[in-house]
Amino acid sequence: MPDFLIRIQEILSQPWPWYVAGPMISLIVFTLLFLGKEFGISGNLRAMCAADGAGRFADFFNYDWQKEGWNLMIVLGAMFGGYIASHYFSGPDGNLAHVSQSTVESLQKLGVDNVAYQAVPLVPDFYSWESLFTARGLLIIVGGGFLIGFGARYAGGCTSGHAISGLSELQVPSLVAVIGFFIGGLIMTYVVFPLLF
Amino acid sequence: MRYFKYILVGIVFGFTLYKAEAVSWFRIFEMFHFQSFHMYGIIFSAVGLGIIGIQIIKRFHWKNLEGKELEIHDKNPTYTRYIVGGTIFGLGWALAGVCPGPMFVLMGSGYTVFIVFLASAMLGTFVYGLLRDRLPH
Repeated sequence: MPDFLIRIQEILSQPWPWYVAGPMISLIVFTLLFLGKEFGISGNLRAMCAADGAGRFADFFNYDWQKEGWNLMIVLGAMFGGYIASHYFSGPDGNLAHVSQSTVESLQKLGVDNVAYQAVPLVPDFYSWESLFTARGLLIIVGGGFLIGFGARYAGGCTSGHAISGLSELQVPSLVAVIGFFIGGLIMTYVVFPLLF
Repeated sequence: MRYFKYILVGIVFGFTLYKAEAVSWFRIFEMFHFQSFHMYGIIFSAVGLGIIGIQIIKRFHWKNLEGKELEIHDKNPTYTRYIVGGTIFGLGWALAGVCPGPMFVLMGSGYTVFIVFLASAMLGTFVYGLLRDRLPH
């Protein structure tokens, strides 16, 4: 590879600070607006249900889901993006989450093993097929998925649709939804996690 | 290929979420403990630029690729669904450490168990569709 390409790879492989990631997400929002679309990922779950024939059971799924084809392409691309980033741009340290010292202490106090400052893996070890055979892993993967799918549609959007698009449009209902996200998140973090870990 | 540009946007999206560690369960844990500005910085800067940009687009009547001006569809000001649905979503977000975007990003980066997570999220959406008329909105 030419030197400048290696240099670009090195630069992109560093952990991205918030002031790079935030504007990038904003750029995605505006690119989609320019293409006449509104950024929102969870709508794909409804489209996937509709594509599998869920319309036979509930009218909610009787709609022209094929118009959402562009959005399905976004998540297909997101999968490629994750593959490329994790395989070719992980940097010299590998895939880590550079969380704060106090977070590491909170994790250790809770009883989450295998974490040390500057050596927290990007993803926890319970993201595995084996963990589906443990009560905790099953709850996190299957329970977490259900809550997200149910909650996102009930609230009419997820982090992208409400916290990013909705707040950018100054929609008050989106602010209410984001407050809800935090109520749920804080209950999980402070009430359920001490019981779970 | 009319879909190609959307795949490209998706690649940038997935790459960004991954490199910013927004796909990390540990980062979400940290966010809900208010122990770092990182996740808030991502959301605040994206929203801040979003608000400014949308105001500019509206003020100057910029048109999109289809030649249309930006239309903001105001969401219905009924709050039950947003607070209740939002809370349910938040429980899942903190528990699993992923929201719908990162779910796909992690699946692509090789955590194939997220196929089960996706199936479960689809089931959640399906159950909402079944119960929709009986839920308060």
